[in-house]
Amino acid sequence: MPDKAHAPGAATSRGRSGPSPWLAAPAMAFFGIFAVIPLLGVVYFSFMRWDGMSDMTFAGLDNWKAVFTDSTSLNAMKLSLVVMIISWATQTPVSLLLGVFMAGKQKYRAVLSVLYFLPLLFSSAAIGIGFKAMVDPAFGLASQLRLGFLQRDWLGNPSLAIGTVLFVIGWAFVPFHSLLYQAGVRQIPASMYEAAMIDGAGAWKQFWSITLPQLKYTIATSSTLMVVGALTYFDLFYVMTQGGPGDATRILPLDMYLTGFRSFQMGKASTIAVILVVVGLSLSLGLNRLSGSSRMESQMEGL
Amino acid sequence: MAKILGGRRRPNIIGGLFGWIWLVIILTPIYYMVLASLRTQGDYYKDNPLVPPLKPSMRAYRLVFENDFGRYLLNSAIVTLGAVAILLIVTLMASYVIVRNRGQVAQRLFRVFLLGLAIPAQATIVPLYYMITKMGLYDTLIALVLPSVGFGIPITVLILVNFVRDIPGELFESMTIDGAGNWRTLWNLVLPLSKPAVVTVGIYDALQVWNGFLFPLVLTGKPEVRVLPYSLFTYQGEHGADTPAILAAVVLSALPILAAYIIGRRQLVAGLTAGFGK
Repeated sequence: MPDKAHAPGAATSRGRSGPSPWLAAPAMAFFGIFAVIPLLGVVYFSFMRWDGMSDMTFAGLDNWKAVFTDSTSLNAMKLSLVVMIISWATQTPVSLLLGVFMAGKQKYRAVLSVLYFLPLLFSSAAIGIGFKAMVDPAFGLASQLRLGFLQRDWLGNPSLAIGTVLFVIGWAFVPFHSLLYQAGVRQIPASMYEAAMIDGAGAWKQFWSITLPQLKYTIATSSTLMVVGALTYFDLFYVMTQGGPGDATRILPLDMYLTGFRSFQMGKASTIAVILVVVGLSLSLGLNRLSGSSRMESQMEGL
Repeated sequence: MAKILGGRRRPNIIGGLFGWIWLVIILTPIYYMVLASLRTQGDYYKDNPLVPPLKPSMRAYRLVFENDFGRYLLNSAIVTLGAVAILLIVTLMASYVIVRNRGQVAQRLFRVFLLGLAIPAQATIVPLYYMITKMGLYDTLIALVLPSVGFGIPITVLILVNFVRDIPGELFESMTIDGAGNWRTLWNLVLPLSKPAVVTVGIYDALQVWNGFLFPLVLTGKPEVRVLPYSLFTYQGEHGADTPAILAAVVLSALPILAAYIIGRRQLVAGLTAGFGK
């Protein structure tokens, strides 16, 4: 029976239906075991009590109640929201203008663009450690140069720490987003600018009526990456402040880590993780719908 | 084109100023770090931090190498190459199925992978820690490779599928007529024709794994399996007062990517923005 099924029909059926789905099995296995199962696991763990070593016990809704009544976690949620909004609102204009600048054809702009890439050579951990040394209140840059007004405890002062880390995040991530904008600007057809020049539009007018509207898909992509990415900031915060001073920079992913691996409340940490997943998924789906609804209409419309 | 974007009659002074200011912002910390790493500990406390040291000292770099930098570099290389090799092989196979198999399974599979794009890997760290310890893989390099592969699959599949779709169907059909099986088609047709995408997405994946911090932090402990970014953090703990040494380690950690940038700038930039630049 199996022989018959294989003989003449097999070749044609493969010709028609393509390669065996089994070729996708290894990818499916890796993805299933090391991404999907942990994802389901985190939901399961959020209803369990576990200290990381001894046996797990059922906790019901205790972790959920704990997270939503714990002032530390509530503060972490608020802080993550603030970080998300501020980093989006500051990085987007800078990246966009830089992208436009880098897309210019002048020689010096090409040279500067090569240098703008430099922060991307460093891991977040490296950047955090480097900046931490540079802003050190005793031996850092400002104190050695005796620049009084910059001589502050940038990471040790609760009201300055979050701003300092946000600046470092900008330093680390703007180069990436400006590359996206540079690519976006270069795709704008030159004919649109030619037409605008003939109409007598100046550089400013061209920017608002051509460059910006033509970049809407790049803005959508970059914004989605920034906003969803803000939920995963961990390395820089961990290396620079560990959430401190006090809880001043304890954003949600850090709160998850510290709750799980410092306070050994893995159940509660998983509850925070579920919140991160749900917020992240809804944000990326929501932003995608918001920006993608008109994706079918051609970007080249009007040519 | 050049005339429109570049040759404005009035030079763009505001734009230029903005560009130079940003350059200062970008370069100052790097300049500071490199100079500081070339000072002795004593000089670091008294020299002007923005003036190059009169006698550059290699002491900090020597110290970093004496403290197993080579081993951490090797560990990072093993984890990165291992994860990227597995990723590219399994995703190329899966992409071939997704593009050419007309069955329901393949299309559903693709949708599942796409949903995976939005999973933040960090959020799964507690169950991952549980699984890795239960599998007896805690404190091994494999513990870092496996989840990196799992979470790299969605974006890698997405980019490869978009590329494999552009291979003309007739080429596949003529392979079938020639009697080529799945493997030969994959090796002789899909791989050569999707090489640019494989390189691009391979670079993207490599950077992700290379820079990873949370997985090593949670899934490894002993120095023998330490990878580079995490080792910087432990240097900071172990040599807290020796800032030149810490900064030397930071500078050294960037050199492999700097080398890659110098050799293949175009590919690196394309790889970094893989899939988002469209």
